[in-house]
Amino acid sequence: MELIWDGIREAARLWWAGDAQIIEITLRTLAISSAATALALVVGIPLGAVLALRRFWGRGLLVASVNTGMGMPPVVIGLLVALVLWRSGPLGGLDQIYTPTAMVIAQLLLSLPMVVGFSLASIQSINPRLIGQMWAMGANRWQVLWLLIRETRLGLLAAVMAGFGGAISEVGASLQVGGNLAGETRVLTTAMVLETGRGNFEVAIALGVVLVVLAFAVNLILTAVQQRRFIT
Amino acid sequence: MTASDAHLQVRDLSVHRGSVEVLDIAEIDIPRGQVTVVIGPNGCGKSTLLGALQLVLHPTRGELLLDGEPMSANPVRTRRRMSAAFQEPLLLSMSVQSNVELPLRLRGVDRDQRRGAAELWLERFGVAHLADRHARQLSGGEAQRVSLARAFASQPEVMLLDEPFAGVDAPTRAGLIADFAQILSVTRPTTVLVTHDRDEALRLGDYAVLLIDGRVRQTGEPLDIFDHPLDREVAEFVGMDNVIERSRWPWPIAASDGGYVCVRSEQLSLSRGSGAVVRKVELIGPMVSVSVDVDGVLLAAQVSRPQWSALGVGVGDEVAVCADAEAIHIIAAEQGTPT
Repeated sequence: MELIWDGIREAARLWWAGDAQIIEITLRTLAISSAATALALVVGIPLGAVLALRRFWGRGLLVASVNTGMGMPPVVIGLLVALVLWRSGPLGGLDQIYTPTAMVIAQLLLSLPMVVGFSLASIQSINPRLIGQMWAMGANRWQVLWLLIRETRLGLLAAVMAGFGGAISEVGASLQVGGNLAGETRVLTTAMVLETGRGNFEVAIALGVVLVVLAFAVNLILTAVQQRRFIT
Repeated sequence: MTASDAHLQVRDLSVHRGSVEVLDIAEIDIPRGQVTVVIGPNGCGKSTLLGALQLVLHPTRGELLLDGEPMSANPVRTRRRMSAAFQEPLLLSMSVQSNVELPLRLRGVDRDQRRGAAELWLERFGVAHLADRHARQLSGGEAQRVSLARAFASQPEVMLLDEPFAGVDAPTRAGLIADFAQILSVTRPTTVLVTHDRDEALRLGDYAVLLIDGRVRQTGEPLDIFDHPLDREVAEFVGMDNVIERSRWPWPIAASDGGYVCVRSEQLSLSRGSGAVVRKVELIGPMVSVSVDVDGVLLAAQVSRPQWSALGVGVGDEVAVCADAEAIHIIAAEQGTPT
């Protein structure tokens, strides 16, 4: 028990002192996970809309893949990205293994199925006649997508939360493709693994508190937006 | 009407649902600046036709022309010349004002113009006081008024309406139709109004297209269709309760073979006398529906409650039945050639 209290006290001290290393890791974590989530939204929402609104050959297979992807273990994603970006792999020439870019790709692949799945469910719940009305009002394809996003914003915010939560909290894939290089690819989760292994529990706890507070703060903001009853 | 007067033209249109052909229309010309009512029984293809005109359905074959140009050449541009309102108001999750401004926003109209147009049309439909309210906070009648204001706000050339008054209660409906008719009389867009309501068709329609089983069975002025149906099914749809084969008609009538004699129940009068036997009596609101047997032919008549009381007869009693010659419509043996 004392170990835990010591850890929390040390975490508070590190934060109070503005520990440069923790701040740097925190900012990198935010940057990588935000980039991955943003990309997942840009790709995932239109993909979810297409799966929700169109009927085509292979659609069922794609939906099943998305649902499987939502439960895909991060280490499997990490392995796949590592194989592709490995120096002898198909995209090895890009020299991106053990870089923040590789971590963004891995986190993107993790959060993408969640964004697609949530978008698909939200858009499918819209009255199809309302979509007909959007076309009838003279909307073009992109305007219909914009109106769909607007109408399903509650569900889509859940997609953002799930996507960001999945990205920021995963550790396996980030270790595999990022390598946990100090000052380059070290993020909160990988740093926690390292410090726990070293027995530096107070630092690990400090990092854990930051991670939890960060995830909570982001979700608090998104929840506040989601629960505003009438967004005009 | 000649084809050159037509604003919208439907040519050889066929729409399938699965393997079933639900619409098969050789030709319809929708006149410019008039209200064309599309009428017919449930499932006759009215809404399918409207869906095709909105370019949201994919016809199996055929052509839709707006001002003589194919509508499908540029669907978005075509839709921006039109507006639509449906039985459900289908408002988006935003304020009333934003809903009415939306079609203009989609067309890239600037904010001030949008605001002005929305205020004008909300005012005309008597819902300006609701402008800041969220669409989810409206009653059914209010929402439908907002939906119609939205349809008019973009000042469309063509208005496509699918039973827009069917979802509201009777008193609200009467007021809404009155306001709508008044606005239409001023703005005069080319309007296609789908309805199953005969009174609505007669009140609002300048021209009517009657569909049965996905095919056009009769076109013309609504009153003319209601008074002079071309065939038996049309006669039944327009409320001719007595459609009797000519050979069985119990009174003398111009000699000809085949065909039907049609008369509305309210145009048969009953009086004390003989010649018919009362078989069934039903009270329908302020009216009494009476089924009478004339030489083995059952005819439906309708009289007011005071008239019925004054007759003082009941089931099994004899009465005299009389039909005004002008009220009788005869359908010739060959469908399509009424006499």
